[in-house]
Amino acid sequence: MEKRQIQQAVLAFMAGLVFAVGLAVSGMTQPQKVIGFLQLGEGWDPSLMFVMIGAIPVHMISYRWMRGRPSPLFDTQWHVPQSKDITKPLLIGAGLFGLGWGLGGFCPGPGLTSLGAGQMSAVYFVPAMLVGMGLYRLYSQKIAKK
Amino acid sequence: MMNSILMALSGGALIGFAASLMLVFNGRVTGISGIVNGLLGGLFKDGLWRLTFILGLLVGGALLGMSHPELFVNTSGRSVVLVTLAGLIVGFGTVMGSGCTSGHGVCGIARFSVRSLLATATFMIIGILTATVLKYWLGV
Repeated sequence: MEKRQIQQAVLAFMAGLVFAVGLAVSGMTQPQKVIGFLQLGEGWDPSLMFVMIGAIPVHMISYRWMRGRPSPLFDTQWHVPQSKDITKPLLIGAGLFGLGWGLGGFCPGPGLTSLGAGQMSAVYFVPAMLVGMGLYRLYSQKIAKK
Repeated sequence: MMNSILMALSGGALIGFAASLMLVFNGRVTGISGIVNGLLGGLFKDGLWRLTFILGLLVGGALLGMSHPELFVNTSGRSVVLVTLAGLIVGFGTVMGSGCTSGHGVCGIARFSVRSLLATATFMIIGILTATVLKYWLGV
């Protein structure tokens, strides 16, 4: 194993820890808060809007700061997606994700963090999510063969 | 409410910071669905950092779950069947749409990616429609 891979793995572990704390502090690991945010009308809870308002500017600064550099610190190349195509799978997939998000109140990160905390509904949500991912992989392979 | 907003802002800033660490050091986008999906493709090719990131999420959840269990209370009243169905759809949809709230909603928008902006608008609108319909038609 290369030294670089170890560095990346250790950094990723720390980033995962910080990410989990951010999700839990922000309220994203409480599905009733997510649902309260998505349910417009009486009793609407706008607080989760501020998660994005807190996160995006911080990331915008680091992205601006790194742009134009030849590589990140622990790798020889960037892995930031470059695709600009607006495709059907992009929009249909996002729509399906929205449907599932509104049904359960979990998105992938809070699902995993809640699983770590031993939260019962995450124990159902996360394995189902992995199966769903596997199903799409099978489906897209089938489409590609045609 | 004010307290909720401050918690959301500071939690959001931590999320942005974690995503910045991943970008500056590893050159990666912090998209949770993408990181997990990459693992399903095989652990040994490009998998160690994915595994440790997810381990970080799980360990972070475990530690906080012990110190602050109130952050992980689910009083949504959504049944096991509904949550399982939601999991299936979220898994399928996030891989199909190449991202979720983190990859599109935070990292993508921060780079002004039109793709991510459209994806985020789509899942927000459908999420709002779904949750609001459930509230007014089914009362949950």
